[in-house]
Amino acid sequence: MVAGVANETVAAPQGAATSSPAIHTVDLTKRFGSTLALAGLSMTVPRGEVFGFLGPNGAGKTTAVKVLLGLLAPSSGEGWLLGHPIGDLGTRRRIGYLPELFRYQAWLSAREVLAVHCELAPLPRARWKEAIAESLDVVGLTDRAKDRVGTFSKGMQQRLGLGAALLGSPELVFLDEPTSALDPVGRHDVRRIIRELADRGTAVFLNSHLLSEVEQVCDRVAVVDHGRVIASGTMGELLTGSAVYVRATGLDADAKSKLAASFGPLDDEGERITFTKLGQDRIPELVAQVVAAGGRVYEVIPRHQTLEDRFLQLLGEEEAR
Amino acid sequence: MPPILVIARLTVQEASRRRLLAALVILTLIVVGFSAWGFQKITTVTGSNGQPLDHAAVQQVTSQLLIAIVFMYSGVLALSAAVVAGPLISSEVESGMLLSMLARPLRRSEVVIGKWLGLAILIAIYAGGSAFLEMAAVDWATDYVPPHPILLTLYVAAEGLVLLSLGLVLSTRLSGITGGVIALVAWLMGWIAGVVGNIGAALQNQAVEDIGIVSRLILPTDGLWRGAVYSMEPDAVLAILRAAGTAGRANPFSAVDPPPTAFLLWVVVWFALMLSLAIWSFRTREI
Repeated sequence: MVAGVANETVAAPQGAATSSPAIHTVDLTKRFGSTLALAGLSMTVPRGEVFGFLGPNGAGKTTAVKVLLGLLAPSSGEGWLLGHPIGDLGTRRRIGYLPELFRYQAWLSAREVLAVHCELAPLPRARWKEAIAESLDVVGLTDRAKDRVGTFSKGMQQRLGLGAALLGSPELVFLDEPTSALDPVGRHDVRRIIRELADRGTAVFLNSHLLSEVEQVCDRVAVVDHGRVIASGTMGELLTGSAVYVRATGLDADAKSKLAASFGPLDDEGERITFTKLGQDRIPELVAQVVAAGGRVYEVIPRHQTLEDRFLQLLGEEEAR
Repeated sequence: MPPILVIARLTVQEASRRRLLAALVILTLIVVGFSAWGFQKITTVTGSNGQPLDHAAVQQVTSQLLIAIVFMYSGVLALSAAVVAGPLISSEVESGMLLSMLARPLRRSEVVIGKWLGLAILIAIYAGGSAFLEMAAVDWATDYVPPHPILLTLYVAAEGLVLLSLGLVLSTRLSGITGGVIALVAWLMGWIAGVVGNIGAALQNQAVEDIGIVSRLILPTDGLWRGAVYSMEPDAVLAILRAAGTAGRANPFSAVDPPPTAFLLWVVVWFALMLSLAIWSFRTREI
């Protein structure tokens, strides 16, 4: 298991060699007053992998990213980025970050914003021109390089933020909801960029609640809820089960809860119900019970479990505890 | 360029591109133009004998009017410093602008010092530029130059720096509007407390006088303003004030003595304390 639940004991990485994982944490916790935002995060993200960090709103995803980046001090536990303790200034030279809450200096041009990041990174001055041009090209802002950021749409500002995160070929990139302001073309571009980063050996920590996006690009995922990792692994390890989609009318809430009790967690969208963890062998039994409960069945489709099915199933199980 | 200077440059650049500098320059030129015209009129005023005022009288009137004009400048500087410093850090934390920058190898202390430095440069430019223009205009109109023009400029600039430092401390924790308002109220209260203290000195009431002393230690703006006033008082006016005894000290637009050296040393310590407090406060803030 690459990422584990709280209290799992994982040995700290030795040294800062390039073989050290991109991210390694042991029992990392973060409290805000009486609220436990991160409850013992233990995980390892290998180098060069795209790691999806999933969870509902308020699960602690952004808190985890901020703690890893040293923007928030952990309440307890330890963590290493690229073999160095979190908060190490030198390591930040090798890291890129696109915050969830992104905004850039409105009075600067896109090129000037990237130049500021080149200065702060810091990149050798001789590399600025090439690095900025490359970033602008990758995020599709070359034509708007000289325009003031204040004239940019939200989506364009998010592209600019992504460009800033990619400057200087970082070894590890944190992307916190990188497509929240993007149109479908922009989302497609981000997926392409993430794949290109992985191809050149950059580890990507993708914080997202857009499951289809994560499913398409991530090598591994961890599902987090209430500040704890509740499941983790490769896509293959996580999505082993099957799901059954049913379209039926005439089922009230009581009937659906009885079905859930018999056939596992379901995603209720009115007439469209998905049993997120149900084997195909139980379909006749399911149909019989739906009909017995007064339902009229129009469609039954067995399929492999999607990340969304698994995600909802995990959250349902977590809630039931 | 070191990170501190990058942040300072961004602060100056923002003020420039958001046209704050242009607005201040235009307003200053308008004030300088009007005041030059007004000061020039003093030379045409006639006395009870129907003759224009003699040179000494013109200089005396000019010196007192200049104090009122400089009070306006120091007010503009203090208000601008408080309003600009209030949101200096808080607005960038709230908007998320600082997040991607702080993920770089950038210390929070460098952000605080860089912001302070950038705004301090703007204050120095404004104080120096407006003081030079105003004194040149007055010199042209009435042939009067205050006794200590450089000290005057330094005192007024220091007053702005005090408000900048206070605003910056507040900006590390409070929203921009709250920090700005608190800094402004503190400046006004400091001024009023200074007036109360002076009245105490005039009445020879130590308890009331102490109000002014304590307020100047907490916020040194009024003490610095008295230094600026002293720098503008010609010897003749000082002689009159001294002859009036303690009553000569009861006016917020007059100063009989320069600020004590101990006070000026305290101002230096105060700046160091405020910057240290701002750095500590921002370092320990969860963003």
